[in-house]
Amino acid sequence: MSVTMRDAIGKRLASIGHRRADLVVLDADVSSSTKSNYFAAEFPERFFNVGVAEANMVDMAAGLATCGFRPVVNAFAIFLALKGTDQARNVLCYNKLPVILLGAYAGLSDSFDGASHHAIADVSIMRSLPNMTVIVPSDNAEAEAALEAALDRNGPVYIRVNRNQVADLPAREAPFKIGKISKYREGSDLTIAASGICVAMALEAADRLRKVGVSAEVLNVATIKPIDIPSLSDSVRKTGRLVVAEEHTIVGGLAGACAEALASVPHVMDVVGLRDTFAESGPYDKLLEKYGISAAEIERKGLALVKVGKSSGGLS
Amino acid sequence: MGKYVESILAAKDMDRRVALSRALSMRIRVEMLDILHDKGTGHWGGASSACDLVTALYFLRLNIDPAVPTKVDRDRFILSKGHASLLLYEVLAHRGYFEPALVHSFRDIDSKLQGHPCMHKTPGVDMSTGALGHGLSVGVGMALAARLSGRKYWTYVMVGEGCLDEGQSWEAIMSAAKYRPERLVLLVDNNGVQLDGPSAEIMPLGSISEKLIAFGWNVAPGCYDGHDFNSIVKSFEWLDVPGPWPKAIVYSTVKGKGVSFMEGKNKWHGSPIDDDTWNKARPELVAALEDAEATL
Repeated sequence: MSVTMRDAIGKRLASIGHRRADLVVLDADVSSSTKSNYFAAEFPERFFNVGVAEANMVDMAAGLATCGFRPVVNAFAIFLALKGTDQARNVLCYNKLPVILLGAYAGLSDSFDGASHHAIADVSIMRSLPNMTVIVPSDNAEAEAALEAALDRNGPVYIRVNRNQVADLPAREAPFKIGKISKYREGSDLTIAASGICVAMALEAADRLRKVGVSAEVLNVATIKPIDIPSLSDSVRKTGRLVVAEEHTIVGGLAGACAEALASVPHVMDVVGLRDTFAESGPYDKLLEKYGISAAEIERKGLALVKVGKSSGGLS
Repeated sequence: MGKYVESILAAKDMDRRVALSRALSMRIRVEMLDILHDKGTGHWGGASSACDLVTALYFLRLNIDPAVPTKVDRDRFILSKGHASLLLYEVLAHRGYFEPALVHSFRDIDSKLQGHPCMHKTPGVDMSTGALGHGLSVGVGMALAARLSGRKYWTYVMVGEGCLDEGQSWEAIMSAAKYRPERLVLLVDNNGVQLDGPSAEIMPLGSISEKLIAFGWNVAPGCYDGHDFNSIVKSFEWLDVPGPWPKAIVYSTVKGKGVSFMEGKNKWHGSPIDDDTWNKARPELVAALEDAEATL
């Protein structure tokens, strides 16, 4: 937690540059914000600052990828997801090209810049594209591991990168693997599936729930796509209850992915996330709280599910 | 028909190769009309306008090896105006990338020949296209890859003027002028008609050459007729004259070229070719083919 997630990922990119001559990095005039400038300073000949033109940047990366390079594309997450979507879909995904999209300023983390800059629909957009892998890391270690894993993957990968310092999670049972859920807590009454900064909130909520006699299982669903259906369904079959927590709108992100994956598993479910609304400017922690993304909210929704029982026919 | 196709590449004399390529282009127009009629789907207008250019490129210019379609040092060609897909398939088939009979599966289910070019289904297609505006951006990436890897291949991107309506095209034009990748060539099939009508009405671009020059490109001076093989060959010769990169050539072409009642008509951008139309159009194309063959 000593450095921001963007700093960690920027430095890791530069360090990978030393051992991978095929790594090329592109940025759309925000390299000092995304921190791709660390790579730029060390490898100027392999760094392309294309100006404020995300669409062109994504397709340039595609062209480089067809010729054996491994491009990493940087921009603010919401602008990459909105202005580079046609390119991500029709060029990267359709052709299964190994290009990594690093979406900086994930969720509400660019809090003061306001709704125009909040990435609250990037996961749902990227998730809807065939062949796209979508990763929402929960801490710096996971973000760096995701970047390394993405570089060995044969196809496009979208990775969300938080702007700020985020809490380091406890050590994992197993090394990070794309498509694998990490289980942080065993539980029997409730499953909490979380991504990004919400994993730390989920752990806090589980601690509080334990004090009132509720045993919550905590899953870190870093890979939103392809989602780890076996781990998710095993857990929810056991608990019968699911709270999904994500720094995203409740439309089509992790909650949608879980609902699709669990369509044939009887369970009750609720979602902690931004309602179908824009947020506003303000301090990051206050914004998260105001828009209902917090450990307290996970706890509240988890308790409510426990009260209604397992798939008992609706919530009160 | 057809005996001359194999001999184009073997011909040592450039004039002979040009004459043979011209005849092949006429033949491709006939074959395209037949397939579009047979299938009832596909785009005639932009395929016929680019027919001579793409044929000339594949038979007189590109350094490629159909036996090894993904050879790392091959020249790249991106058909950014992907709706002219049938033309690309015809040319690739005649050039030896696959059996010409495959072209009859154009747009069929399970076919290698998709409605718009698809690089992982069709041998010889360097980039999937269809949504307009992507080609030059990808081409800039390919040309920069050549620079980074020290390779000498050329990257050719063909756009129609309609493709230049897309904002991304101008992002790509700016980025190419910034990085100036060697051996990056933009070929503009300026047929002046887009899906909904004349380009001068739908989205007037003014002088494409002047715009490209203003954006920092090295544009071939003068006028090039995209249906005159001598003019096309001259434009290719200009590419070999040392000069700043990137380079662009703007060709005057005619949408629907070869069928008098289709020429310059936006209706024939993508309308199905029915029996009556086919019966009226085909003799014109066959006559042009016979004229071209008579000169061989």
